[in-house]
Amino acid sequence: MALSRDQIAMRVAKEFKDGDYVNLGIGIPTLAANFVPDDISVMLQSENGLLGMGPYPNEEEVDADMINAGKETVTASTGASIFSSAESFAMIRGGHVDFTVLGAFEVDVNGSIASWMIPNKLIKGMGGAMDLVAGAKNIIVTMTHADKHGNSKLLPACTLPLTGVNCITRIITDLAVLEVKDQAFHLKERAPGVSIEEIIEKTAGKLIVGENVPEMILD
Amino acid sequence: MAGFDKVVTSYEAAMEGLKDDMTVIAGGFGLCGIPEGLIGQIKHMGVKDLTIVSNNCGVDGFGLGVLLEDKQVKKMVSSYVGENALFEQQLLNGELEVELTPQGTLAEKMRAGGAGIPAFYTATGYGTPVGEGKESREFNGRNYILEEAITGDFAIVKAYKADRYGNCIYRHTAMNFNPMAATAGKITVLEVEEIVEPGELEPSQIHTPGIYVDRVIQGSFEKRIERLVTAKGGK
Repeated sequence: MALSRDQIAMRVAKEFKDGDYVNLGIGIPTLAANFVPDDISVMLQSENGLLGMGPYPNEEEVDADMINAGKETVTASTGASIFSSAESFAMIRGGHVDFTVLGAFEVDVNGSIASWMIPNKLIKGMGGAMDLVAGAKNIIVTMTHADKHGNSKLLPACTLPLTGVNCITRIITDLAVLEVKDQAFHLKERAPGVSIEEIIEKTAGKLIVGENVPEMILD
Repeated sequence: MAGFDKVVTSYEAAMEGLKDDMTVIAGGFGLCGIPEGLIGQIKHMGVKDLTIVSNNCGVDGFGLGVLLEDKQVKKMVSSYVGENALFEQQLLNGELEVELTPQGTLAEKMRAGGAGIPAFYTATGYGTPVGEGKESREFNGRNYILEEAITGDFAIVKAYKADRYGNCIYRHTAMNFNPMAATAGKITVLEVEEIVEPGELEPSQIHTPGIYVDRVIQGSFEKRIERLVTAKGGK
């Protein structure tokens, strides 16, 4: 069965190591914060200028001066720091953030990503996405493997305007975990109950399938 | 105004000299940390054809969004503008130009502008529409594009506390773009929640030194919340 949004987030959280600084994009990536294992600590970076993002506030804690990059009210965790946008993007562009997790419309075999613009539709802007994909040490893309019409989002070459080139190393979809290297997608894990044939069928870019492709472990 | 005392007592004095066709750099992220009263004064003055450099353009009826109501904005330089129906309408009508700029590049453009650096190389945007037409260069096997600094005729900044000399501190994530904006205006105006006497702020805790600041005004703020999310209603 294809994974739910929460299950994709659960699998993403398994990538984190104790002591990682992590930036989570809007959507499924944000959910990953709910599934960080109890025995490790990660610190969440929010690119508007907060390192050590805590949970949403109680009603009495709500403060208009305390928001995250999605413009939602948040709290700061113990040991947090707050700084300017230039400082925030210095740590992103300078390669100090260990992981960034973000969604995408398309990813290709060269590790290029398209995530911010669909021509002839309203263009809202890239926000911090171009900085994040240019800067983080490890970038994980989360998305559904195919769009709602069944068209693959893992392509030989992105067709939409790019967010970044040659930068994506790992993709976690509702069907599979894949690595991107040597101009190909490499199938590492499959969702429980999903066949390799289905993944092959829904991957338009070159796909390397090893002899043993284990099922993901989610809990 | 005497010596280093930069306090002004009216919004008219705070924005005196702003004219049509000028560039205004505004601090703030979404509706957080925006100089509400200074924006209101720009609307009141009715100046037109402004270029506004700000991460976002407010929302319909609040923040920089109010400047769209009388079509005062010619061009926005922003990283994200999706919160605003009037903005969308003017953009589609061709009444408004937008230069979408990655958020980190925007912050660095302001920082560089304030620091006398005319341009800088960054990997952000290389190989994307943002890099088209820009000079690129390889350093240590990686490709970078040349981005030019931004300065403004005015910078409008929201701070938490300032002393009369313009030394100021920001509060929580209302800091965001404000410190860079403060450095990049020919005339920098601070709108603050509280004005204190020189010496009351700890010198080593000052976020923006008064040398960057030309005018300080005591503001009053609604501090509207764009997306209220609480633990109870949380995700």
